[in-house]
Amino acid sequence: MPAMQVSRYWRHFKEKYRLAGTKCKKCGKIHFPPRQVCNECGSREMEEIQLSGKGKVVSWTIVRNPPSGFEYYKPYPLALVELEEGPIVLAQLTDVSEDEIDFGMEVEMVTRRIREFSEDGIILYGYKFRPVLKTSKD
Amino acid sequence: MRKVAIIGVGAIPVGEHWGTSLRDMAVEALLNAMDDAGVDKVDSLYVGNMASGSFVEQENLGTLIADFAGLGHIPAVKIEAACASGGAAVQEGFKAVASGLDDIVAVVGVEKMTDAWPTDATRYLAYASDAEYELFNGASFVALNALVMRLYMKEFGATEEDFAHFAVNAHKNGANNPYAMFKKVIKVETALRSPYIADPLKLFDASSVCDGAAAVILAPLDKAKEFTDTPIEIAGIGRAVDTINLANRRELLRLRATIEASRRAYKMAGVEPKDIDVIEVHDAFTIMAAMALEDLGFVPKGQGAKVASEGQIAVDGDYPIQTMGGLKARGHPVGATGVYQTVEAVWQLRIDAGKNQVPDPEIALTQNIGGTGSNITVNILRRV
Ligand SMILES: [Zn+2]
Repeated sequence: MPAMQVSRYWRHFKEKYRLAGTKCKKCGKIHFPPRQVCNECGSREMEEIQLSGKGKVVSWTIVRNPPSGFEYYKPYPLALVELEEGPIVLAQLTDVSEDEIDFGMEVEMVTRRIREFSEDGIILYGYKFRPVLKTSKD
Repeated sequence: MRKVAIIGVGAIPVGEHWGTSLRDMAVEALLNAMDDAGVDKVDSLYVGNMASGSFVEQENLGTLIADFAGLGHIPAVKIEAACASGGAAVQEGFKAVASGLDDIVAVVGVEKMTDAWPTDATRYLAYASDAEYELFNGASFVALNALVMRLYMKEFGATEEDFAHFAVNAHKNGANNPYAMFKKVIKVETALRSPYIADPLKLFDASSVCDGAAAVILAPLDKAKEFTDTPIEIAGIGRAVDTINLANRRELLRLRATIEASRRAYKMAGVEPKDIDVIEVHDAFTIMAAMALEDLGFVPKGQGAKVASEGQIAVDGDYPIQTMGGLKARGHPVGATGVYQTVEAVWQLRIDAGKNQVPDPEIALTQNIGGTGSNITVNILRRV
């Protein structure tokens, strides 16, 4: 699976490295990935919004037969995460064992390697979610 | 708008056709349908195909198939709507005849998947997801459906065994379909013992990679009797999209595109769910069959899996689905599937379905899903 022109990947850095979405100036709906037109009210008045990266697991699966490019990482957990701000995001879970995952589990976004193409090829980074680290104060 | 009838159908058996190319599969199905209709030329051709560029490095299928079927300088194009490409192609053919532009129109659905390595096939299919945000993160369609299945089980208390009954029903019906990929009856235990491919979704909850081609010939209803004694009217069509990204859905357990597409098709045909005698839904995954029964209006939300385990989906049940094996047993050659569904609905309405004949049906419905429910066609066929 050859890599494409690098521009294909860096144009999405804002979304994929720091979870930037859009907020509709008219109705307030928050979107991820970003949209030019609000899918709630049809407005084109958008502003960029920085999402907190904190959320809860809505559903999850364990990918055992991945698409090519992901063979070396299997099996890996994939989840729908509902962010504090509202949008649901599809992402891999990380730093977690299969039997720890549950509905409503609190997770936070981290930047991780998604996959690499070959020894001298590019490495793709993006967001994954890990269980919220509990401190003694919690 | 003119009324439109199907005057001929044809197909090749679904399977792993190592020795046959995409063009030969498509031409064979098309010629079978033309012979069935008794025509040797058509005014235009619509090709339903999802991903020939990825699977066999061939695009421009309208030209390829018209050329090798000897159809001359006709208009011919490929129609793509992910796994709903076949159903969409039938609808484009319908429009050509209904508009009065063309009289005799051919629709062929074809997909050649087995030339690709299995993991690549998984990848090519996932190009129909929101690839930049779903495939990028390692999602396959199996995984995306598994996410929905787990949530459905939690919300409605459905069990893995409930879903297994969809696979059992499909295999039972596929056993009597000479065109089916899998002709083996299975037990609930067989399905339940199959390995997880994306928990809680198991191997027997999913359809397989395969090759296939199916075709129908359309004509104005008022001319159809010149060609056949048993024309089948396309009484209603509907198509709708939803968010391409599963995570962006307003409701994760409701296929809004099914609701919208079926509303349009029911309205055009002037029928309601209770009038439907034969139901072919898009059971690429058992969870999709359950949700289809609900969103098409046959059973209340949350009851879809239950009616399967209660045996109501059998050929002689209240909701006869997948009467020739469905995607699970007949097979799911993605861009061809919607045309296979149409062919099978025609067999049922012609009273030509053999051992799987639904008793005296008048109206059949086909539902063809693209993506995770992001592009859905519903067609309603009627005996005339
Ligand atoms: Zn808005």
